[in-house]
Amino acid sequence: MVHAPILAIAVPLLGAFAAPLLAKLDKRARDAWVLAAGLAVAVFGIAVAVKVLGTGTPWVYTLGAPSPGAAVTQGGFPIRIVLVVDALGAFMGIVAILAGAVGLLYGLHYLREEEGKTLGLSLLLLLWAGILGLVYTGDLFNFFVFLEITSIAACALIGYRVWESRPPEAAFKTMTMYTLGGLLVLVAVGLLYGEHGALNIAYLSKLITGSAVERLALGLLLGGLLMKAGAVPAHMWAPDAYGEAPAMATVVLVANTQASIYAIMRVVFTLFGGALARPGIGWLIASLGTVTVIVAVLMALIQRHLGRLIAYGAVSQIGYMLLAVGVAAVARGGFGEVALRGGIFHMINDAASVGLLFLVAGAIRRAVGSVDLMGLGGLGRSLRWESGFFLLGALALAGIPPLNGFASKFLIYESAFRASPILSAIAVLASILLLAVVVRAFHGTFLGPEPKEAPPSPKGMLVAMGVLALLILVLGLFPGFFLGRLVGPAAKALLAGRAAYLAAVLGG
Amino acid sequence: MGNLPFVASMMLVAIGFLALITRRNLIKLAIGITVIEMGVNLFLVSLGYVRGGIAPVYTYAPPGFKQMVLPTPQALTLTAIVIGLATTALLLAFIVVIYRHRGTLDAGKIRELRG
Amino acid sequence: MSVVVRTITRVVLPVALAFGGYVIMHGHLTPGGGFQGGAVTASIVALLVVVLGGERLKGAKGWLSVLEDVGAIAFVALAFLGIGATFFRNILAGSGGLFGAPVPTGPNPGNLNTAGTLPLMNWAVGLKVIAGLGSVVILLSLFGREDG
Repeated sequence: MVHAPILAIAVPLLGAFAAPLLAKLDKRARDAWVLAAGLAVAVFGIAVAVKVLGTGTPWVYTLGAPSPGAAVTQGGFPIRIVLVVDALGAFMGIVAILAGAVGLLYGLHYLREEEGKTLGLSLLLLLWAGILGLVYTGDLFNFFVFLEITSIAACALIGYRVWESRPPEAAFKTMTMYTLGGLLVLVAVGLLYGEHGALNIAYLSKLITGSAVERLALGLLLGGLLMKAGAVPAHMWAPDAYGEAPAMATVVLVANTQASIYAIMRVVFTLFGGALARPGIGWLIASLGTVTVIVAVLMALIQRHLGRLIAYGAVSQIGYMLLAVGVAAVARGGFGEVALRGGIFHMINDAASVGLLFLVAGAIRRAVGSVDLMGLGGLGRSLRWESGFFLLGALALAGIPPLNGFASKFLIYESAFRASPILSAIAVLASILLLAVVVRAFHGTFLGPEPKEAPPSPKGMLVAMGVLALLILVLGLFPGFFLGRLVGPAAKALLAGRAAYLAAVLGG
Repeated sequence: MGNLPFVASMMLVAIGFLALITRRNLIKLAIGITVIEMGVNLFLVSLGYVRGGIAPVYTYAPPGFKQMVLPTPQALTLTAIVIGLATTALLLAFIVVIYRHRGTLDAGKIRELRG
Repeated sequence: MSVVVRTITRVVLPVALAFGGYVIMHGHLTPGGGFQGGAVTASIVALLVVVLGGERLKGAKGWLSVLEDVGAIAFVALAFLGIGATFFRNILAGSGGLFGAPVPTGPNPGNLNTAGTLPLMNWAVGLKVIAGLGSVVILLSLFGREDG
């Protein structure tokens, strides 16, 4: 298990490349192989989390070194690529593993053989590897590479249904935005390298003094990552992408978007947490987050397409996370830490609730063939499980107690109120509007005067949805346990744990 | 004169953005993105340039050389080129599929996903 | 296709193949490597598409995708070789065996038998790039047709 961090990245890569070969021999061998790879990734990711949270120190793994811990060569200069997993990275790894495992399980039954199932599974594994690499890496350029791996895999998945007219358009739009965002990040990486001659996040973080070039790099990094996260005004791609991607991919796409939020946290609190810890950045991110919340909810109100409606809901949740990050960057420590806990806890809640809604929408699409709210209705009788899952996910998304969405949103409201009552009020108002949106969606889909017949979903898909539903209930009923064990250390790792992060890589 | 490559790379980026904003043809949009990419790549390579430096290949170095240019930005650029290639291929594939569905490349006419 | 293109292709083809192979093989000694050499070699596929038309190369898609997967798996497997120490650890370098000769210091004509797993990785990447770019070119040329 000394190699667990890299194995969690390498195994899905291997799985993705070997799956097409196995599919040529036997389709069932491929399914078994994909499942085995998924299981292995889950084992490695959880092992990483257990060790990091158990010891309380970041886990440093150096690629190509004589021993995994040898991150620096003589002179204290980190020359090799390192993976650094602190409590936040471990938490994000768990979120990614959850989303990826559910997506794989669902995809094995959702995808049809004649529509390129092998390709879909391979891309899903590739996207998974990219996300895990993104959250585990401790090297800025490696970070860019993983960012682009997720972009390419995600866009190929969004355009998976090439035989329809809308997915390729959504994929083109998303690819354009992702590429531009990635290029902004690349220029920032170049600027930081030109200034300090290093790419290691910990080493760079120690050297940053707040010069004009570094400020430019910070702005470019934030700009690129906000584009990838789908914050207003760069949100146009998100509803298209979520709405048109196959359902099993949307779950992982949500995790991918959250990885961008993770990256923003890493940049603001770890990389620029020393000399450039200015509250102005926090205010900027918080206001962008609030605008994102309100714009996305208003757009969700007028949607007819169920997938796009949920997609706007997902964008609004990104806004809540950004609000939390912003508030935490305004006040590092104190209520800022509360905000960070809310934001980090909201990630796993968002992955569960939005993921569940997307999976149900996918099941409806598979059963009925359309997700236009005008033509749906009365499905509650024949799709009994699905309607229950949808209601659960919808209420969790809107933040109704005692479901999980309430716990994290409450932390965000509370801390945002300390920073600015107006932002908090807007966030609460948006949450109420969101409730109206999801209730309308539930009514339009499952209720209605005449009951409609629909074939039941395969068991595997129901199991995948059931996992997320169970998670929503568990997270909602025992938020204290998760806040104390998982989320609290993750929030601490960003603020007070910055010194430990640098020390773990650079020694001393 | 030392800043000329940086000016050129910024101009490439600006030209690419101009293409993205003013053009409606999907292929021209893809070209715009590629031009921006090239600008960024040029920027990275010029970052690593050392005046009077030679190519960072040890076995080719003449005896008594003074300085080599930095190899790391070149490695970064190569990686960025590879990624750019994959991106461009994917974009072009999407464009071909869109064209087959719609029979046009005009971005203004194929916006089915608005709002 | 015109006589000019066909004749030039016949001349260029072996040259491009040899040059691509050289760039991959000397990847650890000179500028170049798996991707660059693979791209040079894959340009042959582009030439063939121009000369023969994508239709006649359709049959190659299947084994090109196999080759691509083999290249990718070989790369990850080579990285796994070092797992005794760390992932990507270059255990062959300086071992005296295959590609294990010590790197000579100072200006020298270069020794191909150095750098451990790097040349092998160059070949793996080269294989993947040849197959990957080749199938991209063939697929894009087929896309316009009804049955693409």
